[in-house]
Amino acid sequence: MTSPPSLPPAPAPRSVRRPRRGATARTAALPPPTVLLSALVLTLFLAAAFAPGLFATAGATDTDPLHTLQAPGSAHWFGTDQLGRDVFSRVVHGTRHSLAIGAAATGAGAALAVVWGLAAALSGRLGDALLMRTADALLALPGLLLALLVMLVTGKGVTGATIAVAVGTAPGLAQVVRTQALVVRRSGYVEAAVGLGVPRPLVVLRHVLPNTLGPLLVLATVTLGASISTGAALSYLGLGAQPPTPEWGAMLTEGQGFLEQAWWIALFPGLMLVATVLTVTVLGRWAQDRTERRAAS
Amino acid sequence: MILLRRVGARLGAALLVVWGAATCAFLVLQLVPGDPVHAVVGSNALVSAEQREEIRHHYGLDRPLPVQYLAYLGRLLGGDLGDSYQLQQPVAQALAQQLRPTVELAVGATLVAAVLALAVTVATSGRAHWPRRLSGAVELVLVSTPSFWLGIVLLTFFSFRLGWLPVSDAGGVASLVLPVLTLALPIAAVLVQVMREGLLDALRGPFVLTARARGLTEPAVRSRHALRHAALPALTLAGWFTGTLLGGAVVVENVFARPGIGRITLQAVSGRDLPLVQGVVTLSAVVFVAVSALVELLAAAVDPRLRPATGVPAA
Repeated sequence: MTSPPSLPPAPAPRSVRRPRRGATARTAALPPPTVLLSALVLTLFLAAAFAPGLFATAGATDTDPLHTLQAPGSAHWFGTDQLGRDVFSRVVHGTRHSLAIGAAATGAGAALAVVWGLAAALSGRLGDALLMRTADALLALPGLLLALLVMLVTGKGVTGATIAVAVGTAPGLAQVVRTQALVVRRSGYVEAAVGLGVPRPLVVLRHVLPNTLGPLLVLATVTLGASISTGAALSYLGLGAQPPTPEWGAMLTEGQGFLEQAWWIALFPGLMLVATVLTVTVLGRWAQDRTERRAAS
Repeated sequence: MILLRRVGARLGAALLVVWGAATCAFLVLQLVPGDPVHAVVGSNALVSAEQREEIRHHYGLDRPLPVQYLAYLGRLLGGDLGDSYQLQQPVAQALAQQLRPTVELAVGATLVAAVLALAVTVATSGRAHWPRRLSGAVELVLVSTPSFWLGIVLLTFFSFRLGWLPVSDAGGVASLVLPVLTLALPIAAVLVQVMREGLLDALRGPFVLTARARGLTEPAVRSRHALRHAALPALTLAGWFTGTLLGGAVVVENVFARPGIGRITLQAVSGRDLPLVQGVVTLSAVVFVAVSALVELLAAAVDPRLRPATGVPAA
């Protein structure tokens, strides 16, 4: 019943059991090239999200009836769609929408998980059982199905999709917070604080909470890729962002109708999505690897 | 006796999960805004107060909530999932009709993913580093690829460019190839990552040295001794795997316009067909429990240490 959350599990950190030969102090200090490359790409994506004007050559919804369904070329790098909109510019403008759903959902999910996990760890046996069995039951459902279930309550749209993805990520993260809180609760400094007569809420806020955040942050980074992906999936299924919003998942739905004449409309938004999830996954696994290595040493 | 108790305990735990999922679904659906009557007759239809009462009575919506809940659980025990709001048929019947295409898809994807993962794991666990590097990069990209886009890319290339395979469901095996691949490739990538780690670990074990010292050939060492150890960590992913299959079915069936449980689920959510949604949730909980049990049996077959004690004390 301790099923992992619906993200691809990271392989066990290689370095814990098998120190790589020839790893000098210099290579240990500098992150591997894939991580540096990912960080660079992610920086570019963040720049595109906050200032799309840096890259985009046209507005997200600027139509051009004379140049519809143009193949990629020097005038339009990623071609144009059925309304003559520049696909490259739409993809750039879409960065903001796609990243926002994933990031907001992960943030909200992590916040919910903190409350959920801490409440379970600090309440009595009955409360703990009730809260964690609820998490188990929710984890038994496929992540996407849980998201669809939540969308019934919230309704369609970007806000609904964000809440749905957040609720989907919370149970898995809550389990981590609870486990960590149980460990921290028995540690010397918490006992010392309690012994000194620090009020209980203050102990939780000042000592237990900060020490559960590390593992949560790492796992949330790994989850972020899956959250962006699920958010885009909801939009692709017509439940999240709606056309003409240049959200990547919604763009894929639009482009799927033109696969025969204009493959580029659906290709590039998906490529950006893969690149985003890939960079976030690489960075997340690297952070996970590092913390586990530090814990092992 | 011990075996009987174990079976009983498993069955109890399984029922608890299904009950929990069904209860969660029931509670969540109580929060759905809007009048269910609209979902039954459509929001534009004019309904007299009398007809409205009749519809509410038919679905038991006029009774107090605890009574509705108990009635729902009671019907569930008998395998009755209630009546769909929109399909004019019982939910169980609707699901049964859509089960076949989804089972074909899921079983196909499982087999392809397992075979692919085994082959790639064995092929890339040799002494040379570059196959592992290459495969690692491909795995990472596949794990990061959302299935709806993977489906679209396969569709563009194999159906529209090359014309090898049908564009949408035409029945027959050919129209199953791309959906199965779309679902299987990301799963295979995750399995390879986990299994190779296990295999490389196992190959460093003392029993491998013993086997080699006994003069066993390299293929024999790998297939008879090391591979078992690689399979075990993969089997612990059962929960993730089931979720990916069912969630993936929703996406893949929509990409390829195939009929099935995933398609009907999306329809039910879009149309607010609450009994149908409840039915899908319950069904997926049952599948989750069944797959978990199956995987436990499989793990016991792979690893003798996990087999239940027979009651005969070891000498």
